[in-house]
Amino acid sequence: MQELMDQYTSSKISRALLDEVIKLAKQFQKKFQRIPAFMEVCGSHTMALARTGVKKALQNHIRLISGPGCPVCVTDQATIDAMISLTDEENRIICTFGDMMRVPGSYGTLMQAKANGNDVRVVYSPNDAVRIAEQNQQKEVIFLGIGFETTIPILAAALKEAEEKQIHNFSIWMSTKLVEPILRHLLNNKEVALDGFLLPGHVSMVMGRKHFEFLAAEYHLPGVISGFEAVELLSSLRRLLMLALEQNALVINDYQSVVAEDGNEHAKYWMNRYFALCDEPWRGIGTIAQSGMDIREEYRHFNAKEKFSVPMRSPRKTKCRCGEVIRGLIDPPECVLFAKACTPLNPIGPCMVSSEGSCAAYYQYMREE
Amino acid sequence: MCVGVPAKVIEINGFSALVDVMGSQMNIGIIFVPEVKIGDYVIVHAGQAMSIIDEEYAKASLEEWRKLVDARTDGSIYEFEN
Ligand code: SF4
Repeated sequence: MQELMDQYTSSKISRALLDEVIKLAKQFQKKFQRIPAFMEVCGSHTMALARTGVKKALQNHIRLISGPGCPVCVTDQATIDAMISLTDEENRIICTFGDMMRVPGSYGTLMQAKANGNDVRVVYSPNDAVRIAEQNQQKEVIFLGIGFETTIPILAAALKEAEEKQIHNFSIWMSTKLVEPILRHLLNNKEVALDGFLLPGHVSMVMGRKHFEFLAAEYHLPGVISGFEAVELLSSLRRLLMLALEQNALVINDYQSVVAEDGNEHAKYWMNRYFALCDEPWRGIGTIAQSGMDIREEYRHFNAKEKFSVPMRSPRKTKCRCGEVIRGLIDPPECVLFAKACTPLNPIGPCMVSSEGSCAAYYQYMREE
Repeated sequence: MCVGVPAKVIEINGFSALVDVMGSQMNIGIIFVPEVKIGDYVIVHAGQAMSIIDEEYAKASLEEWRKLVDARTDGSIYEFEN
C-alpha cells in the first residue's frame, strides 16, 4: 500500500476516515446507549493501533480490546520454562525468534542462559536453523516453534527442507496455537461482551476469509479482516461499525489485496502435511482441546518433545495478569505492576516484552505523560 | 513476529527468490506462492513469501478512500493538516 500512497495522501485519507469512524461510533452510542466494543485478535494489530495513534484517537469512542493474538504472550509459563531448560545441555544449539529471548521464565530467560554460555541463537527464519544443523552435525539443533497459523506453514517449510536434506539433528519444540478455537472459547465463556472483531490480516492470508464465517453464523457477530496501516485499520473499523450499527453479522474481507476467500492453499497443504491438531495449554486459561498443532506421528523424529526431556519444575507464581490481559478482561494499567515493577526493561510477564504484547504497546504509546 | 513485510520479487531460482525489501535484498522461500512472477510484490513472513499482493485490489481501496475524502472536501469546510 505504501507504494501507492504518499504521506500527504495517506494522512488526508486517515483524517477523513477517522472523522467517519467517530461519527459512526457516536451513532452507535446513541442507538445502543453504550460505546461499541471490538476485539482485535492479532498482536500486530494491537501494536499497529497503538503506534499509529488510532487507539488513542478513538479511546472515548470505541473500546478496542486486545485479544489473545500475541504468540509469546499466550504461551503458558510451564512451556516457556521448559524451552529455557532445554538450553541447559551440552552439544545443543537452541534457535528461536528474537521475541522469545527476554521473556521471563520462572528461573531466568533465554538471554541469561546465553550469557551463561549456553548456545542460544536468534534466527530470522526456522530454515536458518535447519542450515545451522547442517553445519553442526555433531550437535542437536532445536527450534522453539511458537506462533499462530501464519507461522505454522513456516515451520512446515523448515521440516520440508530438513526432510529433503535428510538432516537428523534438527527438531522443533512445538507450542503453536490456532485462532478459531480460542475465539470460540472466549465467546462460549461469555467473559467479555463484544460487538465485533477486527480480524487478523496475516492469519487470514493463510486461512482465508471463509475460515472466520463461524463468527457470523454461530455467534451472530460481525468481523472485518484488516491490514496493518493506519488507513487500513481505520477503513476496517469503519466497516465494522457500519455492520455493528445495523446488527448485520457478516464477515468482510477489507484486506483483499492480500487475503483470498480460501486463503493460501499451498500453505495449508504443507501445514497439514507435517502437523496435526493437538490440545494446547494457554496462559491464564488452561488446556483447550484441539487448539494447536503438533508434529505428525510419521515425522516424530523432528519432534523435540519426543527426542529430549526437560526437568519439570512448577512455575513460580507472580502477580502478573497477562492471562487476563490476553482474554481481554483487563487493560494493562489495571495490573498493579504495570509501569512500576514491570517495564520493558524489567518485564515481569511476556505481555510487556513481546513486540506484539498489549502491555508493551500500552507502555510505549498509551500512557498519559 | 507476525509482521509481514511487502517485498518486490527480483529473481526467481526454483523454490526461492531474491527480493527487495525497502532497498535491501534477501533470499526468501516461495513454496507457498509457486505462481509468483518477477516484479510481483509479496508479503514476507520469517523468510517465506506468504501471499502475492493484488495491486488491483490495493488500487480499488485507494480509489474508494479518495472518494470519501472528495465527498468530505466538496463543501471545502475541512482543513487537513499534514
Ligand atoms: S504489566 Fe507486566 S506484570 Fe502486569 S500483566 Fe502486563 S506483563 Fe504482566
